[in-house]
Amino acid sequence: MLKLSRIPASAAIGIVLTAAFVFAAVFAPWIAPYGEGEIVGSLWQPFSAQHVLGTDNLGRDLLSRMIYGARTTLFIAALATALSFTMGSIVGFTAAVVGGWIDQVMSRLVDLLMSIPTLIFALVVLSVLPANTLTLVLVMGVLDSTRVYRLARAVAVDINVMDFVEAAKLRGEGRGWIIFREILPNALSPLVAELGLRFIFAVLFLSALSFLGLGVQPPEADWGGMVKENKEGIVFGIPAALIPAAAIALLAISVNLVADWILNRTTDLKGGRGNG
Amino acid sequence: MAKTARKAKDDGLLLDIRDLKIEATIYPPGEDPRQVTIVDGVSLQLKRGKVLGLIGESGAGKSTIGLASMGYGRGGVRITGGEVIVNGRDILKGGIPGLRTLRGREVCYVAQSAAAAFNPAHQLMDQVVEAAVRHGTLTRAEAAKRAVELFKKLGLPNPETIGKRYPHQVSGGQLQRVMTAMALCSDPDLIVFDEPTTALDVTTQIDVLAAIKDAIRDFGVAALYITHDLAVVAQVSDEIMVLRHGKMVEHGETEQIIHRPRQDYTKALVSVRSIVHEEKKPSPEPLLKVDNITAAYGGSAGVKVLKDVSVELHPGQTLAVVGESGSGKSTLARVITGLLPPIEGSVRFAGRTLSRALAQRSKDDLRELQMIYQMADVAMNPRQTVATIIGRPLEFYFGMRGAERDRRVVELLDEIEMGAKFLDRYPAELSGGQKQRVCIARALAAKPKLIICDEVTSALDPLVADGILKLLLNLQKIENVAYLFITHDLATVKAIADSIAVMYRGEVVRYGPKSTVLAPPFDAYTDLLLSSVPAMEIGWLENAIKGRRMQSAGN
Repeated sequence: MLKLSRIPASAAIGIVLTAAFVFAAVFAPWIAPYGEGEIVGSLWQPFSAQHVLGTDNLGRDLLSRMIYGARTTLFIAALATALSFTMGSIVGFTAAVVGGWIDQVMSRLVDLLMSIPTLIFALVVLSVLPANTLTLVLVMGVLDSTRVYRLARAVAVDINVMDFVEAAKLRGEGRGWIIFREILPNALSPLVAELGLRFIFAVLFLSALSFLGLGVQPPEADWGGMVKENKEGIVFGIPAALIPAAAIALLAISVNLVADWILNRTTDLKGGRGNG
Repeated sequence: MAKTARKAKDDGLLLDIRDLKIEATIYPPGEDPRQVTIVDGVSLQLKRGKVLGLIGESGAGKSTIGLASMGYGRGGVRITGGEVIVNGRDILKGGIPGLRTLRGREVCYVAQSAAAAFNPAHQLMDQVVEAAVRHGTLTRAEAAKRAVELFKKLGLPNPETIGKRYPHQVSGGQLQRVMTAMALCSDPDLIVFDEPTTALDVTTQIDVLAAIKDAIRDFGVAALYITHDLAVVAQVSDEIMVLRHGKMVEHGETEQIIHRPRQDYTKALVSVRSIVHEEKKPSPEPLLKVDNITAAYGGSAGVKVLKDVSVELHPGQTLAVVGESGSGKSTLARVITGLLPPIEGSVRFAGRTLSRALAQRSKDDLRELQMIYQMADVAMNPRQTVATIIGRPLEFYFGMRGAERDRRVVELLDEIEMGAKFLDRYPAELSGGQKQRVCIARALAAKPKLIICDEVTSALDPLVADGILKLLLNLQKIENVAYLFITHDLATVKAIADSIAVMYRGEVVRYGPKSTVLAPPFDAYTDLLLSSVPAMEIGWLENAIKGRRMQSAGN
C-alpha cells in the first residue's frame, strides 16, 4: 500500500500546493472575502489587513479575484486538457493499431494543424467565434490534442509490435480490446508525464489568450486577464500584476512535481504494481 | 615493460578468489527493501593459461563472480566480503585507480550479446584498440597491427578491412569473434567470457568456440568461461565449477565432472534431456496440411523467405521444424497463423482451407490454432494478472464469466503444475519457467487442436526447459493436441518430435518421420546441423570441425 512516509519531499510539496489551488478553486465563493466583481475600495491600494493583497486597477479586492481566478483558470485548463487527452490518445492509438492509409491521412492532418502556430491559429478562430467558455475549451482542446496524438501514436506503435498484442490479435480480439486493454495500460506512464506538462501549457495558453483579450472576458476573473488589467501598475511600482503571474508559475511547478512523482511510480514496464 | 615485469614474478597463480560474498538490495513490490546474498562464500583459484568453466542456471551467480574478478558489481550489486587477488594484489582494496589499471589491461571481458555491447556509432577497429591505446601499452598503429593479426587468428573474413566496418555490418558470430579480439588486443592475463556463444546458432557457435579455444591456447591467456551449457564448457575448459543459488556445488577437472559427477545437482545437469518419447505413426488424415507455400516480406516482389514449402502434421503429434536463424522457420508459423498471407499455396487445417489473412478467419479457426512464443515475458501483457491472462480466452471463446471462469483458470493452473496461489501475480513476479507455463495455459484454455511453439525453450535454462518439454508431452497425452515445434535445438527435437522438417534458406531440405530424418545417409546441411550440436564429451569440438562438409549460412 501507499505509505505517506514514502512520498518524497518534492512530491509532498507539489501535492500540498496543488491541493491548495484546487481547494481555492472549488470553494471560491465561501473562502473569498469579497465578491468577484465587487468594488471595495480605491484603486491599487497596498497590502493591508482588510485587503491582504491590496486592490486592483478598479479597486476590487485582489485576493478575492485571485481565488475566483483560480476557479476559472483551473476549470478551463482542466477541461481543455481532458478533451485533448481523450481525443488525442484515442485517435493516436487507433491510428497506430489500424495503420495503413488511415494512419497516414490522420497523421498528415495533424501535421497540417501543427504547422500553423498555435497562438495565431487560436486568435484567428476565437476572433470569429462567440467568446464563451465552451468555444475556448474546444479550441484549446483540439489544438493541444495534436501534441497528444503524436505522443500517443508513437508510444502505441512501439507497444503494438509486442508479442502480447500479436497474441491478442491471433485470439481474434477487436480493436477496442487491443486499444483499451492491451495498449492503454502500458502507455499510461508517458501519457501521465505529458498530462502534467500539457495542463500547465493549457494554463499558460489560456493566460496568454486572456492577456491578449480573447480568452476569459471581463468582469470574470482569470489570472492571465488580471495580469493584463494590472500591467499599467508596474510602472508605478504596484505589484498587483506580479501576483497572478507568480501564481501561474507556482501552479506550473507544483503540478509538475506531482506529475514527476507519478511518473516515477508508473514507469516500470516490467512490474504490474510499480515500486515505491 | 610493465608486462614483462608482471610476467616475471609469475608463480603460476593468477586469480585467487577467497570466500567471496556479494550482496544486493532488492525492492520487492509491496514489501520493504531487503538484502539478498547473490554469491556466498565462493573460493576459486586459476593458474596462468588455464580455463575454468563456471556453470549453473540463471541466478546462480556465475556472471556476478565473473564480473567480481574485475572488481565490478552490476546495478547496485556490492562485493561485501572476501578477497579477489589478481596478480598478487587484492583488487578490492586498490580503490578506483587500482581498478582502472586492472580493467582492460590485466583482465578483459567478453559479453554475451556482442551486438548490444558494441557501440553502433563507432567503427570496430576504434573499439578494438581503445583499451590498449588508453592504457598506453601500445601505440595506435601497433594496436591496429595487432588487431589485424588477431582478426586473422580468429578466422574473420577480410582481416585487413573488417575493422573499418560498423557493428551492424558484420554477422552475430563474427561480431562475437571481434569482441574476443578486442579482449585479446591489450594482451591481458585473464579474460572473462560471459556466455559468448549462447545467443548464436549451433552452426555458428561451433566456429566461435573453435576460434576462442585456439586463441586461448596460442596466447597463453587464462580464462573464466561462463555458460549454462555443460557440453559447451566441456570443450574449452580445464576445470569446471558448478554453481547453484550463489554457492559452489562441485568443482573438479572437466573429465571428472562430466563422467563422474559427485553431487546430485551435477548429475541432473549431465543427464538433462533424458526424455523418452516414442515416435507415433502418421494417421490417415493429417490435421494440418501446408501445400506449396511461397511467402515473401514486402509484397510479391519482395525477398522470398519461404519457397515451395509443404509439410503435414497429424492429430496429437509433434512436427519439429529445425534450422538456423534466417531459415524461415518463424515465417512458416506466421503464414499458418495468417499474420503473413502467402503469395502461393494453401493451408488446410482440420478438413477446411484456412483463409490466407487473419481478418477473414472464423473464431473457431482462431481458437483451434494457438501459439506460444519464445520470449514469454513479452508475450504477456505486463499490466494483466495471471487470472486475466488465462481467463481472457475462456471469456472470449466460450463466454465463461465469474465463478465458472475462475474455476477453470484454477484447473488450468493445476494442469501446468502451478496452482491457485499464482492467480493474482503479474508476469514480472514469475520466474522464466513459470511465465512460459502461464503462456501454455493461455493456449490450452482455448481447447486448441494445434499449438505452434516458436522456440519455447530456447530462452530457458536446461533443467527448466526440460520441465517445460515434459509438461508439453504430458499435456499432449491428456488433451490430444498437436504441436508444430519450431526450434534450432536438435536435442529438443530428438526428445519430442514425431516427424521433422529441416529448413535451410526458406526451403525444406529434409522431411519425414523422426526415425528416417535422423538416420544416415544425411544430406550436407542436416549433417552440419547434427554435427554442430555439442556433445558432452572431451575432444568433440576438434572432431566435429574436422568432419564438416559445408560451412554454415552465417546468418
